[in-house]
Amino acid sequence: MLSRSVFEIEEFMMQHVPGQNQGKITLYALSTCGWCEKTKKFLDNLGAEYSYVYVDLLQSDQKQAAVNEVRRWNPRCSFPTVVINDEVCVVGYNEQEIKKAIGI
Amino acid sequence: MRKMRVAKEDVLKLYQRLNDEAEASGYHLNPDIEFTKELIRGLLTNEQRYGYWACPCRLASGAREEDLDIVCPCDYRDHDLTEYDQCYCALYVSEKVVRGEKTTGSIPERRGTTQEKAKAGSSSKAISELSFPVWRCRVCGYLCARETPPEICPICKARRERFEKFI
Ligand code: SF4
Repeated sequence: MLSRSVFEIEEFMMQHVPGQNQGKITLYALSTCGWCEKTKKFLDNLGAEYSYVYVDLLQSDQKQAAVNEVRRWNPRCSFPTVVINDEVCVVGYNEQEIKKAIGI
Repeated sequence: MRKMRVAKEDVLKLYQRLNDEAEASGYHLNPDIEFTKELIRGLLTNEQRYGYWACPCRLASGAREEDLDIVCPCDYRDHDLTEYDQCYCALYVSEKVVRGEKTTGSIPERRGTTQEKAKAGSSSKAISELSFPVWRCRVCGYLCARETPPEICPICKARRERFEKFI
């Protein structure tokens, strides 16, 4: 376990949703949060391939790994946080910003 | 951590209670009832997990002491209602939203921006002439002059631990 990088731990926690390839889309969400749910529904309706994780449902060390990852993009570590192509981060439920970031 | 099961009736019951309490004290729940009920389900889920109503839209630490400012209603609700016409989750909204003059959305996270400031500003000034200390509800700002804060804030129903010494 110790030899695994943070990135690998991340991959292992993620749920993958199949769909059209619009680049790499990762959603960090909470299972109890209304805006996270809206963001997830938006991605579902878009039909895009994406990965998501409910950070609140993770075990403590995985949770910490996910929090560290979110913090890299969004220091306040708020949810939802969407990371697109390991490049752009959209904080909060924001359809326009997500569309812009994936170029549609 | 597994996903919790919360009974539909419990969600409905709490919805009705919170709605009654809100309306009785000048607050409003989000009129988008389905959205609101999901947040209330989140509150009940967090009660099962942590033993308290951690904000459904924030990651709780699981330690009540650390999360006290985000126990619903959180310390940030009223400030956000004033500035954005809704709380962070949009469980509570302003009259404008109820009247349909404003829509809800994601708003910036206030936690961590004002917390330090609020703490710094809360050091009580010594006014030795007062016969009673003045207590301030950190949730809604209600002030009362008495030996100890009330068990429950008569305005917003926050518990005693949410009060700070104001003067
Ligand atoms: S009042 Fe605060 S704790 Fe409660 S739902 Fe709204 S943002 Fe979350």
